[in-house]
Amino acid sequence: MHSALSSLSFSQATTVPRSNYAFDSHSPAFALSQPVNLRFCGLRREAFGFSSLTQSCSGRVRVSSRGHSKKISASAVGNGTPPKSFDYDLIIIGAGVGGHGAALHAVEKGLKTAIIEGDVVGGTCVNRGCVPSKALLAVSGRMRELQSEHHMKAFGLQVSAAGYDRQGVADHANNLASKIRSNLTNSMKALGVDILTGVGTIVGPQKVKYGKVGFPDNIVTAKDIIIATGSVPFVPKGIEVDGKTVITSDHALKLEFVPDWIAIVGSGYIGLEFSDVYTALGSEVTFIEALDQLMPGFDPEIGKLAQRVLINPRKIDYHTGVFATKITPARDGKPVIIELTDAKTKEPKDTLEVDAALIATGRAPFTNGLGLENINVVTQRGFVPVDERMRVIDANGKLVTHLYCIGDANGKMMLAHAASAQGISVVEQVTGRDHMLNHLSIPAACFTHPEISMVGMTEPQAREKAEKEGFEVSVAKTSFKANTKALAENEGEGLAKLIYRPDNGEILGVHIFGLHAADLIHEASNAIALGTRIQDIKFAVHAHPTLSEVLDELFKSAKVKAPSSSSPVSEPVAV
Amino acid sequence: MASPFLSNTTISFSSSLSSSHLPRLLPSISFSPIRFKSNPRRILIVRSKIREIFMPALSSTMTEGKIVSWVKSEGDKLSKGESVVVVESDKADMDVETFYDGILAAIVVGEGETAPVGAAIGILAETEDEIAEAKAKAASKSGASTPSAPPPSPAPAATSTLAPPKPAPAPAPAPVAEGPRKTVATPHAKKLAKQHKVDIESVVGTGPYGRITPADIEAAAGIAPSKTNVGPAVVVETTPAAPPKATAAAAAPSSLPPPVPGSTVVPFTTMQAAVSKNMVESLSVPTFRVGYPVTTDALDALYAKVKPKGVTMTALLAKAAAMALAQHPVVNASCKDGKSFTYNSNINIAVAVAINGGLITPVLQDADKLDLYLLSQKWKELVEKARAKQLQPQEYNSAGTFTLSNLGMFGVDRFDAILPPGQGAIMAVGASKPTVVADADGFFSVKNKMLVNVTADHRIVYGADLAAFLQTFSKIVENPESLTL
Repeated sequence: MHSALSSLSFSQATTVPRSNYAFDSHSPAFALSQPVNLRFCGLRREAFGFSSLTQSCSGRVRVSSRGHSKKISASAVGNGTPPKSFDYDLIIIGAGVGGHGAALHAVEKGLKTAIIEGDVVGGTCVNRGCVPSKALLAVSGRMRELQSEHHMKAFGLQVSAAGYDRQGVADHANNLASKIRSNLTNSMKALGVDILTGVGTIVGPQKVKYGKVGFPDNIVTAKDIIIATGSVPFVPKGIEVDGKTVITSDHALKLEFVPDWIAIVGSGYIGLEFSDVYTALGSEVTFIEALDQLMPGFDPEIGKLAQRVLINPRKIDYHTGVFATKITPARDGKPVIIELTDAKTKEPKDTLEVDAALIATGRAPFTNGLGLENINVVTQRGFVPVDERMRVIDANGKLVTHLYCIGDANGKMMLAHAASAQGISVVEQVTGRDHMLNHLSIPAACFTHPEISMVGMTEPQAREKAEKEGFEVSVAKTSFKANTKALAENEGEGLAKLIYRPDNGEILGVHIFGLHAADLIHEASNAIALGTRIQDIKFAVHAHPTLSEVLDELFKSAKVKAPSSSSPVSEPVAV
Repeated sequence: MASPFLSNTTISFSSSLSSSHLPRLLPSISFSPIRFKSNPRRILIVRSKIREIFMPALSSTMTEGKIVSWVKSEGDKLSKGESVVVVESDKADMDVETFYDGILAAIVVGEGETAPVGAAIGILAETEDEIAEAKAKAASKSGASTPSAPPPSPAPAATSTLAPPKPAPAPAPAPVAEGPRKTVATPHAKKLAKQHKVDIESVVGTGPYGRITPADIEAAAGIAPSKTNVGPAVVVETTPAAPPKATAAAAAPSSLPPPVPGSTVVPFTTMQAAVSKNMVESLSVPTFRVGYPVTTDALDALYAKVKPKGVTMTALLAKAAAMALAQHPVVNASCKDGKSFTYNSNINIAVAVAINGGLITPVLQDADKLDLYLLSQKWKELVEKARAKQLQPQEYNSAGTFTLSNLGMFGVDRFDAILPPGQGAIMAVGASKPTVVADADGFFSVKNKMLVNVTADHRIVYGADLAAFLQTFSKIVENPESLTL
């Protein structure tokens, strides 16, 4: 998915004015991230490469007075001059999952907090991303199971035939989104977070205006501001989205129709998840991927296995190493027409005729119209530049004080939970505790059947780092075929892979493909976050028989030279 | 931002594993050049050009391995490092890669089969010229285990019968055809074509925009549909006395413009192939026909009364037939083996429905027991499902014990139907028409008369049986009050 993004012109995302953007005619949205959109490359590099900046910025000046909420007239303070006292301690622009996480933590820390939202609370994740897609995937998982005669027979079950009601499926997704949205709204209201409605724009240091179209703007000030405006689906040029036969994830999640044959442009998380949904509901799928292999961004071995299970046996074919340079929606009795161009030679390669096309080429930051020019910040391909503490960097490479950017808008790791974690990290910083989020400890998951999950580095990344820094890398693997619970479920297809340092037992990365992989990854991600070493975690006990034993076995099969710590529990508890 | 990472993904899989500490999981094996002990003369010709792919030892305890799947097909080009085959070990399924460029000339051990460690499972040829030779080698290797392998023949003529090797690796799309119409096939259709070795270019698509659908491939391969919803096991063909205009129109897909003047060959769809098969099968059953005129004035009056409640003529006729069958169980019986009667415990009326490009017979189960309104409702559901091609197997399958076919709505006054295999009788219903009749006293009057014509299997149903059944049916239709009870 990012492959297509990276290789196509990026100018579009940044040069199109916010109001004209293909997808925000209805929403001056402050959308947040979506887990289907991990930007591995950006993340990894920044996670390793920004250390010089860290040091130069460590002596940060902190304004000590806060908590005053005296209203200040906007006209009394000229632009460019920070106000002396503030309406709020913290203003968050964008009420997606990132903004929500930051707001809740800010309240816990005693900050007077406001959140500005121009569209609906919940952002992309809740309304147009992970949440409704999980509802569709829950349906597709069950359909898949019921349709698999072989699978059912192995259980001794007989199911005559499985069918579905499209509207019923769509309603399930929509109802889930509404429910989560109201939960999110209520949780903020209950804690006393002010929800300000309108488009937020930064007018100067520590100052934001917001308002609905046709109403006078309000100006509020805050000691600290967090930008959390998220992203929108990225549509490469040449592709005409009509919302009916040529669609983005925004439209696909409404499931207004199930085409007989759909082309999915981009084989990353979004594309993979939708291929799972569509094939379960009876569609045939054609992937179009700009890179030479499907599922770029995954550990190659996991990708290979995933392709064997999720692509090859299903009604899916694919074209790799090609761009979809022109897509015309179905009209005048003609199908959707896709022109393919060779990614290397740029020669026209083929034309496809399908019933629908889903554009899943990644997501573009939603930052136009934020007023960043007022504080001398220039976006990079639309992303707000930040350091590893999410502090915004201006055009001169200097930090903008009291301004942070989290989530998809900074592009570090385009995942809902990463945005939330970044928000919490920022709140920790503004309340006096230095905190730096370890992005390598943030897990990611793709909710296909079976699921894919990962944390940390892929094997090639780990080997490259090892070569540079001169340490050894080892790989351990376990199969779901050896797990009792997985076999009881007749779901033995799966692999867990551990990439580690044999000298000190550090976990560099864990990749899982198999039943409930998304839930299994957290043992590994927590270990990375807490710095737990393999030689210690291998003594932790797992209930039998559970899928978690896949990881248990994985840790136990690692060959670590370092001795384990004396005892993880300092005082043994008698039972 | 992507480029540094992207370059990493191209790191060779085998090299990245070379320092792995888990030798038993090594998914790479080496292919050794073939050794020709018995025929040293050929060494010069084939030296290192044809290589065997061996069953790898994936663990120290492994003695034989099972081929999970061949990632590549015969004729596919391979480049160094590509996965060729997936082998199941005691721990996991492992990809086996090639260390050489070449063409997968032959698969010696097929999917799902097992081979001892070290045995040849496939043959790799360096160039296309060596494919025939490699195939010959493969055939001698495999013996009986590969029925799909062509007879060994290194003669050049043999190569022309082989599927032409693809010029590009599998993922590459086929080049745009220069012809007037590009062949468009759905992903599943392509997979099936490969699996059943159907030349996709020779298949005529019947899907939307003339595309080739999985059903087209299955029809071309002459196999029953695997898991599609539309797979009529029991279909009947009704043959009107007049040339079957409606059927002909439905059979010839109008979406295809004739590419050349003159005749066009349109392969059967799956459904049409099933119809054809059943029709030929029906010839083995000795059938006879009995016609009967039925006065329908009372039925028409009843129909007018119940029509607002959603009752259709089909439901009325099905109910009447079912009630008559209840009194004449032999007409509801079938002859399965030519030696005995099989009396069916239920009366299930199959009703022929023309759908686009075919014919299907949804079944009204227990038509004698359901009341008219339930039956009508059931019928409406079945027709909707049939049109949407969503009928479930038990709704059209062999459950039918008697078939009803009605062409009256076209103005057909009489026709005879072919008895579908496995049933005892089928009723062909013509249009009800005002007819001048003379009664016993010589008075003329005009009554609506409808001709029904039943075809039956004379091994079990005799003339008198059928006549008695028709008399009962006629009485029920002429006094239809009982239908609404």
